[in-house]
Amino acid sequence: MRLIVLVFLLLSGAAQAAPAPGALSNPAMEARARALQKELRCVVCQGESVDESNAPIAADIRKLIRERIAAGDSDSQIKDYLVSRYGDFVLMKPPLEPNTVLLWFGPAAVLLIGAGVAATAVMRARRRALTI
Amino acid sequence: MTAEIGQLALTLALALASVMAVSGIAGARVTAGISRRIASSAAGGMLVFIVLAFGTLVYAAIVSDFSVLNIANNSSLAKPMLYKITGVWGNHEGSMLLWVLVLALYTAAIAFAQRGSERLTSAALGVQGLLAVAFLVFILFTSNPFLRIDPPPFDGAGLNPLLQDLGLAVHPPTLYIGYVGLSASFAYAAAALITREVDASWARAARPFMLAAWIALTVGITLGSWWAYYELGWGGFWFWDPVENASLMPWLVATALLHSALATERTGAFRTWTLLLSIAAFSLSLIGTFLVRSGVLTSVHAFANDPERGTFILIMLVLAIGGALALFAWRAPSLETGSAFEPVSRETALLINNVLLVGAVATVFLGTLYPLFLDAFTGTKISVGPPFFAITFVPIFVALLIALPFGPRLMWRKAAFREALRSLFPALGIAAIVAVGVCFVVKSHLLAAIGLFALAAWVIAASLLDIVRRPVRTAAGFAVALAHAGLGVTLMGVAGTTLWRAETLSLLGPGETARVGPYTLTMGRVERADGPNYAAIRADIHVGDGDRTIATLTPAKRVYPTEQQETAETAIRTTGVSDLYLALGDERGKGRFIVRAYYNPLAPFIWFGGAIMAMGGCASLWGRVRARSVRNAIDAVPAE
Repeated sequence: MRLIVLVFLLLSGAAQAAPAPGALSNPAMEARARALQKELRCVVCQGESVDESNAPIAADIRKLIRERIAAGDSDSQIKDYLVSRYGDFVLMKPPLEPNTVLLWFGPAAVLLIGAGVAATAVMRARRRALTI
Repeated sequence: MTAEIGQLALTLALALASVMAVSGIAGARVTAGISRRIASSAAGGMLVFIVLAFGTLVYAAIVSDFSVLNIANNSSLAKPMLYKITGVWGNHEGSMLLWVLVLALYTAAIAFAQRGSERLTSAALGVQGLLAVAFLVFILFTSNPFLRIDPPPFDGAGLNPLLQDLGLAVHPPTLYIGYVGLSASFAYAAAALITREVDASWARAARPFMLAAWIALTVGITLGSWWAYYELGWGGFWFWDPVENASLMPWLVATALLHSALATERTGAFRTWTLLLSIAAFSLSLIGTFLVRSGVLTSVHAFANDPERGTFILIMLVLAIGGALALFAWRAPSLETGSAFEPVSRETALLINNVLLVGAVATVFLGTLYPLFLDAFTGTKISVGPPFFAITFVPIFVALLIALPFGPRLMWRKAAFREALRSLFPALGIAAIVAVGVCFVVKSHLLAAIGLFALAAWVIAASLLDIVRRPVRTAAGFAVALAHAGLGVTLMGVAGTTLWRAETLSLLGPGETARVGPYTLTMGRVERADGPNYAAIRADIHVGDGDRTIATLTPAKRVYPTEQQETAETAIRTTGVSDLYLALGDERGKGRFIVRAYYNPLAPFIWFGGAIMAMGGCASLWGRVRARSVRNAIDAVPAE
């Protein structure tokens, strides 16, 4: 069906939309830029990613990401550069560092403790069930 | 005069709340009957005065009385009447007044439903009284909505345009009915600890309130997510924003509480744990209120700059949570009599449910509050966004959903796992068929898509089996199946939207086309479409499917001059199975506009699922109320 639509469009000669302003012409590179934008936080907004933000600084970062990708930088090089400029705050996924250990492993610890408490409770309940 | 009436009504409500607190708590130990009656009357009176105060503020908003500071700050003449009214709770002072209004409603419900013994009701009213005192003092001294200004301005400053929306007008009251509803189960739990009546009766008394709160939270969160979807213009339905998380945490704990309280009621198991969850659920509601209302989320420094309110809520938080936990620590050790059950039983299943839900709460709690603490104590700023929750929260929920279908199939005290598994073979088969279908028919080879849809099918099929195959003996069984199926439907929506979404960002001038998903979009006319209090530009975008035009959507962009803010009015065409979602962006020269287009497969399922879950809750509540009225009717017979 997609093919039919495509042929139809070509035959009808409909004017194609211009790509979004500033988008990279290489679709793979543009996809990388989009993915990267979603992992970065707009540093002046409340909880918005660079991908979603209307703030001028987010537009600047979107442009910068594309320039870097076009220049052949890897994703992690671009992230490292932005972190050096804005700090860890710019990353939507905080890095694992001494001061984020509790954040990253806290939930697992809660689960383990919970499982331990639950297992003890089950064992006790079983002992009681056996004695009844 | 009206504002002064409101002020007076609030002061009188505070006096009655104090009477209720003292009399109610006193009734826990001595003179239960008379204390309960005094506290009940006080609860009724408090409701009347708070309704009066709230009515006064609504009236001031309707007539645009700008001599009232709150109205001058948050309303304007040009604002449509609907939003003048709903704007009453669109600001801090008004929303806190709504908070105590809901509290007064629940308190009156506790007083007049009179579930449980005289002593229990009396003590529960006392605890509600303490909460009412705290919140009324907070309103009167730090957030008074009835303050006057002189001279009054000719026009008000207006309301944030994002809030001028029907979805958001309904969302906060619903959420508050949920948050504050948890105060009722908190009050009963505290009352049980105070009176030492910690058999199953308090849990039974509190059950309808827990259910009402859970239903309201479910509806509130669903509405909030739907609002974010169509109003914010990014095609997303959940942003892991701290404000959203603040409502998710009480919901998760309330869900755990409903399950744990079930065991407490039926077999007397997990008594102390259910008490603790009751306290935790309302504590998280308070923390949610604190997060949203203290300004701590905008920045830790905003909190420090205007510390009065924040500090007050923080003190309240510490007193309420700390007080309840201290009471718990003091009384709980002497309570546990312990229950007996085998490792394979409904009890164990409910324990697993609780461990996983608590783990899920831990991820949301840490993800929301850890950055605040880190900033406050070390000055290091970090962000915790969706990628964090994808790694931590999602696996826990997946585990929960894998285990879910077994729960309702296991008997209390002692169950046969193999029998439960055998009864689930059809669901397992359907899940396998769905997995194959996703892989070879839909041709999505994403492992996540195959897994999540199989999981959703597993949960939904098992729930349907519960409804269809075994005769529905009880309303409760039907309610459980409905709520669980709803969760599966939401999962389908979440998986479809996140994994299969197509999005196109393009610059469109008249006659130009773009493609998104299966649709072609052709830009038509662009025209002005100004409203009563905003200027707007609207674009006609013709939607083609194959070679025919199936619809014309009109996304718009509004500018509100009074509030100096822009909003995107998205246009959504839903088939019930998928959404086409258009948002109009900025103009970039020569009549060409940035158009964001999203094709969101299964997006409507997210909210259908929420609605089904809430219906499950309603079915359960209805079953309870009916069962009670039948019991009352039976009780009434020998008396005659």
